[in-house]
Amino acid sequence: MTTIEAAGRAVAARNVEFRTCPFTGLKVDLAAQRLIYANAVAAVIFLAVGGLFGFLVALTRWPAVHLLPAEWFYLVLTGHGANVLLFWIIFFEIAVLYFASAVLLNSRLAAPKFAWLGFILMVVGAVMTNVAVFQGDSTVMFTSYPPMKAAWHFYLGLILFAVGALVGCAIFFATLVIAKDEGTYQGSIPLVTFGALTAAIIAVFTIAAGAIILVPTFLWSVGLISHIDPLMYKVVWWAMGHSSQQINVSAHVAIWYAIAAIVIGAQPLSEKVSRTAFFLYILFLQLASAHHLLVEPGISSEWKIFNTSYAMYLAVLGSMIHGLTVPGAIEAAQRRNGFTKGAFEWLRKAPWGNPAFSGMFLSLVMFGFIGGISGVVLGTEQINILMHNTIYVPGHFHGTVVAGTTLAFMAVTYLVVPLIFQRQIVFPGLAKIQPYLFGIGAAGISLFMMGAGTLGVPRRHWDLTLAEAPIPYEFSAGAFLMMGLNGLFATLAALGGIIYVVVVVASVFFGKKVDSTKPVWQFPVTSTAAANVGKYGSHGTVKLPGTIILVAVFFVAFMLYYYVNWKYLSAVWPLR
Amino acid sequence: MAVTPPAQRIWWKEPVERVELVWTALAFLWGVAMFATMIIWHIVGQQNLANEAYRIQPERFMERTEAFVEKYKVGEQGDTGVPVVRPPAGSDVYMLGRLWEWWPVLELEKGQSYRLHLSSVDWQHGFSLQPVNINIQVHPGYEHVLTITPDQAGEYGIVCNEFCGIGHHTMAGKIIVVDRNTPKRGQ
Repeated sequence: MTTIEAAGRAVAARNVEFRTCPFTGLKVDLAAQRLIYANAVAAVIFLAVGGLFGFLVALTRWPAVHLLPAEWFYLVLTGHGANVLLFWIIFFEIAVLYFASAVLLNSRLAAPKFAWLGFILMVVGAVMTNVAVFQGDSTVMFTSYPPMKAAWHFYLGLILFAVGALVGCAIFFATLVIAKDEGTYQGSIPLVTFGALTAAIIAVFTIAAGAIILVPTFLWSVGLISHIDPLMYKVVWWAMGHSSQQINVSAHVAIWYAIAAIVIGAQPLSEKVSRTAFFLYILFLQLASAHHLLVEPGISSEWKIFNTSYAMYLAVLGSMIHGLTVPGAIEAAQRRNGFTKGAFEWLRKAPWGNPAFSGMFLSLVMFGFIGGISGVVLGTEQINILMHNTIYVPGHFHGTVVAGTTLAFMAVTYLVVPLIFQRQIVFPGLAKIQPYLFGIGAAGISLFMMGAGTLGVPRRHWDLTLAEAPIPYEFSAGAFLMMGLNGLFATLAALGGIIYVVVVVASVFFGKKVDSTKPVWQFPVTSTAAANVGKYGSHGTVKLPGTIILVAVFFVAFMLYYYVNWKYLSAVWPLR
Repeated sequence: MAVTPPAQRIWWKEPVERVELVWTALAFLWGVAMFATMIIWHIVGQQNLANEAYRIQPERFMERTEAFVEKYKVGEQGDTGVPVVRPPAGSDVYMLGRLWEWWPVLELEKGQSYRLHLSSVDWQHGFSLQPVNINIQVHPGYEHVLTITPDQAGEYGIVCNEFCGIGHHTMAGKIIVVDRNTPKRGQ
């Protein structure tokens, strides 16, 4: 802590320029604003590149199209993973961290020069890894399992990117210290900042795990280390690879709360419950490396069971709590706003035409029902053998990272553009349908890849017909159908992705300056009506029948799907 | 509001609504149930992946597999040159993954158990038995020994589902399960 404070004080002398937000009355440090701008723009660029790669992958796996030749397919698939799973998401998360610290806490940002250094490291690293991939000798997939070896600058790029991200986390922590020190806010940090803090803490040990494995692998690639044990590599690599997805979960849950607050004035039902749920993430999410090791040799069942379940599913518990409290907060706010008829008037009359809200709610539902449930089932020790490395796995994580995280990040962009970039959204009609196109597309690719996986379709595979295999195997017609449907829905998602990039880029560069008297959408965060809603805290809150029905449906679906898969497992060849 | 500091400074002492308590308790118990299910399946279930594994030099595994093939070879798979091996029921059988084949083809007997030794001699591979859909990661340097009991006759494909370079999609193999009406006891 002392070094962070010292870093903070070293730059205390800089001239801080603020503007005052016309909507919220918050002071915005212009240095923070520029950094949020830069990181968000970089994020969108990498999303555009990585998303295009993803579309090419889906078109190649669509049996009737089979677009790319094999060599290009594997190369583009490697690039797809790195650009969207890592670069798009982490650049955006750094922007979120700066927003949740400097802006929400009304504070100056710590050491903006170091923040720019971090940004430059991340850009250099991301470009370096892309160059390595496109030179063609680093087609090792995003996971780069040894003994398969990539070019040295593939690993070095990832390391530089990680160091840059770590600098971003340090700036965030230092800003929290400064804000506390200078008394820019009263009491505790807001829930959204608390969620961002959770993400940043997980990021620190995630990046540490990445360094522990990528540095020796880099040394191996230049010939200084003779051998990397493939099993050890996977154990440590996934402490980065899976945990980085938990950064996403913390970040996008924080964004759900933020959007619910900004768009409809929702308050957390209970600060205590929501914060405890975030805290469970910090304690238990790191065990998830085991999800990738359930059918490996040389690891005991005891280790697998304890770790794959996050110690009795305590991190899943955190997500299930948010699954109640986020819609619950929305329902409570809507009921206070007067939508009290029946169980679901609050939901029917929600602002579905506001892409920030629709994107957020679709993200919430799909993350829970598709990504969440499939993740727990996939991560069950014995059931994993039915799905490991089939295309069920990308099906699951497109449910979490695309339908969940990416859609939530897209949704919040529709607030960031007017509030931070101070630009009106151009093409509001397109923006309105964008979350639906992208969300339905993402749901489709997730479900159809999962379906294909249950029929045995392998992931990361160029040719489902196995036409060039000396001993061919014929997959069922259903498997081909599923991959075709996956291609169709990928097209829909790609369309949604293109609209997002076009709308955001056009708004940022050509949008009209925001006029605080005529905002495109209302922000109840500023209205006095929202300030007066109800008493704080969940005790004595209005009842939440709609949310109770929603979580009951979720719970039943979860139990059914879980035990159906045990039934499937019991039908395969006995093994011991 | 979630974007502003908590209105009550001492937020950790606020009372919690019953619906949140009930849901949290329910979710916790569900977690315990799922945790217990995995343990119970080790006791009553028929499908539990073996923990038996050894470190082994790839060359050594190759030698053992070649010796196994030589001993029990009964023919070749079409014109591929890949040997078809018919080991006695209940015996130790070997299969290795390499760029880009599963070697050899095994002919097993329905209802009999075999100790299957799996390893790779170069990169990582994914043993994916189809259409049963049993998927096991195969590492070079680790010999995984699992007991399998094919319970239906037929020809089963083995595709590779761990990316292993440009020939990945040509890597496939086969296990043939035959039904003999007079099953022999394992030796």
